[in-house]
Amino acid sequence: MNHPAVELCNLSHLYPDGTVALRDISFTVSQGESVAIIGANGAGKSTLLLHLNGVLATTGGEVRINGVQLAKGTLPYVRRSVGMVFQEPDDQLFMPTVHDDVAFGPLNLGLTGRELERRVQESLHRVGIAHLRGKAPYNLSGGEKKRAAIATVLAMAPEILVMDEPTSGLDPHARRQLVGLLREFPHTRIFTSHDLDMVLELCPRTIVLHEGVVAADGPTEGIFRDDDLLARCRLEKPFSMQGCPVCGKINQRQGDMDQI
Amino acid sequence: MHMADALLSPVVGGTIWAVSAGSIAYCSKKVHRELDDRKIPLMGVLAAFLFAAQTINFTIPGTGSSGHLGGGLLLTLLLGPHAAFLAIASVLVVQALFFADGGVLALGCNIFNMGFIPAFIVYPFIYRNLRGKKLNQGRLTTAIILSALVGLQLGSLGVVLETWFSGISALPFATFLLLMQPIHLAIGAVEGIVTVAVVGFVYQARPEILRIATEDLEPGRYPLRGIVVTFFVAALLVGGGLSLFASRNPDGLEWAIARVAGSSELKAPGGGIHGFLAALQGRTAVMPDYSFRRPAGLTAAGLKPGGDRKKEEVERLGTAAAGLAGTLLTLALVFGSGLILKRRYQPAELSS
Amino acid sequence: MKIASIHGALLDFRRMELLAGGGTALHRLDPRAKLLVTLFFIGTVVSYGKYAVTGMIPLVIFPVVMASLGELPPGYIARKIALLSPFALVVGLFNPLFDRTVLIHLGPLGISGGWISFSSILIRSILTVGAATILVALTGFPAICRALEQLGTPRLLTVQLSFLHRYLFVLIEEGGRLSRGRELRAFGNRGLGIGSFAPLIGNLLLRTWGRAERIHAAMLARGFTGEFHLRRESRFGGRELLFTVGWSIAFVALRFWNLPQLLGRVVTGITS
Ligand SMILES: Nc1ncnc2c1ncn2[C@@H]1O[C@H](COP(=O)(O)OP(=O)(O)OP(=O)(O)O)[C@@H](O)[C@H]1O
Ligand SMILES: [Mg+2]
Repeated sequence: MNHPAVELCNLSHLYPDGTVALRDISFTVSQGESVAIIGANGAGKSTLLLHLNGVLATTGGEVRINGVQLAKGTLPYVRRSVGMVFQEPDDQLFMPTVHDDVAFGPLNLGLTGRELERRVQESLHRVGIAHLRGKAPYNLSGGEKKRAAIATVLAMAPEILVMDEPTSGLDPHARRQLVGLLREFPHTRIFTSHDLDMVLELCPRTIVLHEGVVAADGPTEGIFRDDDLLARCRLEKPFSMQGCPVCGKINQRQGDMDQI
Repeated sequence: MHMADALLSPVVGGTIWAVSAGSIAYCSKKVHRELDDRKIPLMGVLAAFLFAAQTINFTIPGTGSSGHLGGGLLLTLLLGPHAAFLAIASVLVVQALFFADGGVLALGCNIFNMGFIPAFIVYPFIYRNLRGKKLNQGRLTTAIILSALVGLQLGSLGVVLETWFSGISALPFATFLLLMQPIHLAIGAVEGIVTVAVVGFVYQARPEILRIATEDLEPGRYPLRGIVVTFFVAALLVGGGLSLFASRNPDGLEWAIARVAGSSELKAPGGGIHGFLAALQGRTAVMPDYSFRRPAGLTAAGLKPGGDRKKEEVERLGTAAAGLAGTLLTLALVFGSGLILKRRYQPAELSS
Repeated sequence: MKIASIHGALLDFRRMELLAGGGTALHRLDPRAKLLVTLFFIGTVVSYGKYAVTGMIPLVIFPVVMASLGELPPGYIARKIALLSPFALVVGLFNPLFDRTVLIHLGPLGISGGWISFSSILIRSILTVGAATILVALTGFPAICRALEQLGTPRLLTVQLSFLHRYLFVLIEEGGRLSRGRELRAFGNRGLGIGSFAPLIGNLLLRTWGRAERIHAAMLARGFTGEFHLRRESRFGGRELLFTVGWSIAFVALRFWNLPQLLGRVVTGITS
């Protein structure tokens, strides 16, 4: 395909209460790319993601998915192409059991019978929770919920996977598993995250949002080396790039503190 | 106040069940046709909110007691009557099944008293008229407080009427009314004040939320007269049908019992279903003092004028003693068989 | 309800769900059969006259048999039943006050109609509450919703019920956290009035609203267009039919014949 997977042109968003959450955002993501969107709390990350499958309507600019402009008529196509995992899994798992929840999307796509079962089983297997299929969502642990939420989206077989803070609230082991899982996906992937180590591991490219505008867009390593940029956008280096507190090498931030 | 199964007769319970079920069917169609699919999760989650809100208390100044939000009116203001009615109905279903509030038969009554009344009587006829078209703090406050007062008065009247028509309680109508209405005046006042405060808070923070319900304010979008008339007709038909059926059958029933057991059951002929009919007839004549006090002995004596009193006493004593012994025996049998069943099934469980 | 009892209610709720996960034959029965039989049972109970006491006693067989075959803990079920509708009891307690005609003599003891009808209310409460409790403990809420829908309840209502059930825990816990925050900063009853109640409830409401919007977004993201598609599985077979018809016949029989009276006569030899 020669169209970029995602294309944003001068995207702006104004919430009804007057908050300008996004201003003139433009970037493209090509097919198969893995991109991180980072930024401090309230920078507009979630707002941006919600535009990618038309949950929020643009108040300015346009969004193209696989070259198709997002509009009322193209919503079904866009929603089938973009799978979105939301920040809070509790809001995504609304059916009585994990199985029903995973089946919700495929049922809406018109799948039934064997095909439906196969899709559900396959997605549950891919995230490693096939044994939880009969459980009620409120009886799952945080990590299990997250994985179930991912399974619900995988069951839709999307071409583009969008995730809002996939690793928040996970213990280190669950996080490691999830990172492994995400690395294997062949899809185009877009994440937001405060987990910069994960970003460093999974995404060669990073986009930095600050107060609703794109502050930087480039190779991840380069961005994490730019101390000025990070400070301006209220971000900190990934732990793996900070000094080791035990072996004596003072890291950047502590050095600053000592000088004050 | 939740109506309870134990106080209901089948005719009253069944009739109001039919009304509530009909309203649910109507509202589902209506909300579905509105095609506002935002409302689908919203209704369910707000129903859960109502539950959560009812677990939080506030102290009522000057009384030392505490209260909580009822919330039917609040939900109606937020969702509009049709969606709110469905949400309230689902709360009541969960209360009936899980918390034994009311019961399965009484569910119909509770949905009527706490859902139908605020959504389809108070909201269109009181709230909408008082509130006016333009949002105005003073009018809004008055409208909400009066709606809460009227809603709770009508709801409580509903409970009184349902209980009285059922005839299981011996409370005279007037006494019951005097007990219930003043309490609900107080509850209504508190509900009104709390609702005003919460609506005020929401309005400050997110005024657009209240718009969902107010969109409905445009004239012509509300064929409410339709629904009210339809359901009163339905109630009359169902109630009439059921009571006809009920009035014939028990006679047959008693006749059967008399034939099989050789004597009538230990109960006054004035109870239950009969009571309902008797109440209907008696209401016009002696409304305030009506109670279902009609001892079995009177009728028995009436049947056998000048019968031997002593013999009758012995007979009744016999019936009572036999009844008592039989009851104890039955209970023993039932629980015994329960235990045996349990024993028989437990090893099976262990071995599997 | 105070926090402790909210907690209690939640635990209770979970306990019922846990019981519903059991594996007995009764658990496996199609929920429609259990629902229909329970409704029929309650209908039978309320169809008795106001002074019926002995006639209703044999109906106890239904909850007892269901609870033992379903291996429900009797103590727990009994405790649930003991939380009888206080309203029914209070109203019932007026009966002895207003209905003083002596209906039965047990030796020197005269029992008034009011006491008899009060006992009747008590028994009704026990039977109806017991039946509903056992239904939920043997079936579970989601299955009851499914049964309701298959029996013709509008889907919109059953969908509401699922959402309510799904978010009940989440919201009660959220409300609990908010109100704990309030109680910890209140002094005695000061600070627990409407002044702090309205913002607290308002906050909870706004959060709930936001949550509903996010759920809706998640539904849209998975192709939701206003129709709820559900998988239907029907297992209403011979066993279910037998269960439903069997109990129904039993109820009708018990309703027509006053078993304790008959038994009592046989035992005591009193015929009249
Ligand atoms: N429904 C809403 N109405 C009004 N303003 C909103 C709404 N949702 C978000 N905002 C505002 O828009 C801005 C961006 O919010 P957004 O949720 O996109 O941030 P975020 O980058 O995802 O933050 P976080 O890292 O905390 O998740 C914030 O200032 C927020 O207050
Ligand atoms: Mg966010």
